[in-house]
Amino acid sequence: MVLDNYLTEDFFDEMFNDGRLVRPHYKRVLDRMQSLDTEEYHRRQTAVDLSFMRSGVTFTVYNDNEGTERIFPFDLMPRVIPADEWAIVEKGLIQRITALNLFLHDLYHEQKILKDRIIPPHYINGAKHFRREFMGCNVAKDIYVHICGTDLIRGRDGGYLVLEDNLRCPSGASYMLENRTALKRAFPNLYQSANVHPVDDYPNQLRNVLQFVAPDNLGSDDGPNVVLLTPGVYNSAYFEHAFLARQMGIPIVEGRDLVVRDAKVYMRTTAGLMPVDVIYRRIDDDFLDPSVFRPDSLLGVPGLIHACRSGNVTLANAVGTGIADDKVIYYFVPKIIKYYLGEDPILPNVETYLASEPSDRAFILDNLAKLVVKSANEAGGYGMLMGPWASSEEIETFRKNIIADPRNFIAQPPISLSRHPTWCGEDFEGRHVDLRPYILYGDKISVTPGGLTRVALRKGSLVVNSSQGGGSKDTWVLRDNG
Amino acid sequence: MSAPLPANSHATRRSSEAMLSRVANSLYWMSRYIERAENIARLLDVNLQLMLDFVNLDDQQLKEHWLPILRSAGDEELFFKHHDQANSTTVTEFMTFSEENPNSVLSCIFSARENARQVRDQISGEMFETLNEAYLFLKSKNARAVWNSGAHEFYEQIKKYSHLFQGLTDATFSRVDGYEFIQFGKFLERADKTSRILDIKYHILLPSVFDVGGAVDAAQWQALLRSASAMEAYRRFHPADVTPAKVAEFLILSDTFPRSIRYCVNRVDHYHHLLAETQSDEYYSQEGEDFGKLVADLRTLTIKQILSSGLHEFMQRVQSDLDHIDDFIYQTFMYHPPIDLEAEIRLHQQEMQQQQKKSA
Repeated sequence: MVLDNYLTEDFFDEMFNDGRLVRPHYKRVLDRMQSLDTEEYHRRQTAVDLSFMRSGVTFTVYNDNEGTERIFPFDLMPRVIPADEWAIVEKGLIQRITALNLFLHDLYHEQKILKDRIIPPHYINGAKHFRREFMGCNVAKDIYVHICGTDLIRGRDGGYLVLEDNLRCPSGASYMLENRTALKRAFPNLYQSANVHPVDDYPNQLRNVLQFVAPDNLGSDDGPNVVLLTPGVYNSAYFEHAFLARQMGIPIVEGRDLVVRDAKVYMRTTAGLMPVDVIYRRIDDDFLDPSVFRPDSLLGVPGLIHACRSGNVTLANAVGTGIADDKVIYYFVPKIIKYYLGEDPILPNVETYLASEPSDRAFILDNLAKLVVKSANEAGGYGMLMGPWASSEEIETFRKNIIADPRNFIAQPPISLSRHPTWCGEDFEGRHVDLRPYILYGDKISVTPGGLTRVALRKGSLVVNSSQGGGSKDTWVLRDNG
Repeated sequence: MSAPLPANSHATRRSSEAMLSRVANSLYWMSRYIERAENIARLLDVNLQLMLDFVNLDDQQLKEHWLPILRSAGDEELFFKHHDQANSTTVTEFMTFSEENPNSVLSCIFSARENARQVRDQISGEMFETLNEAYLFLKSKNARAVWNSGAHEFYEQIKKYSHLFQGLTDATFSRVDGYEFIQFGKFLERADKTSRILDIKYHILLPSVFDVGGAVDAAQWQALLRSASAMEAYRRFHPADVTPAKVAEFLILSDTFPRSIRYCVNRVDHYHHLLAETQSDEYYSQEGEDFGKLVADLRTLTIKQILSSGLHEFMQRVQSDLDHIDDFIYQTFMYHPPIDLEAEIRLHQQEMQQQQKKSA
């Protein structure tokens, strides 16, 4: 199998440089792939797909009728990152999460950053995910963001940029782990010779983080009792919830399994009520506690917020972290880093315009057809306008929405994401990719060497979200530079 | 002889081994449903084959054959909501593929898999994969094709999934509470199904078990044995003849055959004691005492006594005592009254207000 016809076109390609020469850290992978014929490659790909289906490595698509389970398409050609490049990424991510955590602490306490006018206060007060109820409240070990999945992209010059921070319930770590398992099976020798950092320690590290942030007063002597809270089996990420709970050896619970008495959380077991100390929650703030947030939500636990504020239970991530993945706050992150750490950001942001700033707004409205517009609090590729590809009708709808509620929108120039050779049925073609590394914050901050590379399978598409027809790749961080 | 069970494993249960009541419930139903799918598959397989020996049956005869089988599954009423006639095609279709019938093979496999999905963090990957494969098989168009080209192969496949699942459970699941719920569900379902299979004869022939005979009758009793996977086991004890009393005795009172009512009821009793943390012969509930009486009766009664007081009546008692002990375990371990959300919300809002007043 050859990649002789492969075209990098006018994009940064992960595997080939401008002269269409293979980058050194991809040489082993390319040699191995070229030693296979098309049929052989196809056979291995099919075997992996089947094994995912059989073992139920799936996600649920809602807008289909009655929620169909699908496998997350997996492309066998791995994405490779050399050691020196990763060192920068890692450093940049640690810097970023450190600053964001200080920011969250400050926001829920003195609010110095607002008083010093680094961020105009109205951006916080008008934010959907700011939780006034937690002002002055202390969280265990002062950690707000225990698990973070920050999306990185590479622009035309190959430099890494932060696209967004996911500080609420970032998902995808299970696919990172399953992809690695699949790839090791498909290419055992190649993997072994490539000197790749393992990722399998992630569940262990996650459990350590969760145990580390347990409250001082534990509910029982043999604690801390850690659980994972899921919305249930119909949630699109249910596979991941069950997978991580099993890997960590902790119970997976639904809201109806928990009950709060005297500001303490218990789960309902065959031996009666058992205390719970730490909850890795995979439910958004709004649904956590119907006695505080949405009263119509059946997913949560009445009294949970009270228990949390009383310091009897730790939630990971802490309630209110969503303010920091508001896309408007994203705009301020470089300033946040500078303010708290006195450093320049190692990983820059994508150039961003705020619709609520009059001059930016005028620019946005004049250039809608050239920009990507995003709602401040949507995720999963929803609520987006891709100006250059949008119909004039869509553009006009967004124009109205922006004028009506400017706080809710930001705009960015479209970035031509880097591309990666990807199997497209008969041959390899370049497809756009991003990267979601996972950062854990416990007694120290660690970045799992790897992450989830998502790939836009549709030709020309820039949208990599699984809910929008994206796939994924195994991500190799090398111990050397290849 | 199997290895002795740890005498007081119930006494060593610690709170750290306790599991969510919801999980216990799902493990239990997962186990029951896969066992049920297997039993229905066997029942249909055997009876379809039995039909091959009868030629030129009219509508009435077909109905007389299939109706008791429907009745034994407890689905007669639902069936006639969807079908006018009970014959090989309609009954088999209804009991195999119907999604409206919660006890069809397909529904049982789907439910077993759905329950497994709810607790997939608790069971081994192998266990989930087996049920998932069964689910994918039934969901694929291939399932119909396999059935059309030979019902026997199809039902064999279903039985294999069940056997594989039971074997994997034995080989990969720790002997903690969850295992006890799984076994409790399995043997309860099995005891119930064996009693229903025996009841089929009652529905066909009414109580006069002693004075029947002839080729058709013998074929039917053999079919009963096969429906309980008991033909070979039976032959080891009674090589020569298949008589109603001996078949009934074997299926009710065998000590060693793992599908006999006595064997299954003993296992249900064993797991009931483990779960309730009681000594054998010690019962703390009315349901338990009734059940204990059944266990004792199965130890002492002869087949003659059972038959003369009525096979059907005895089977009904078995089913009813099983139901009650099942309900007891459910109420005690798996059921928590659903949370009254509105009351909970009020309670916690009041608590928070009081606290705010105090701190103000």
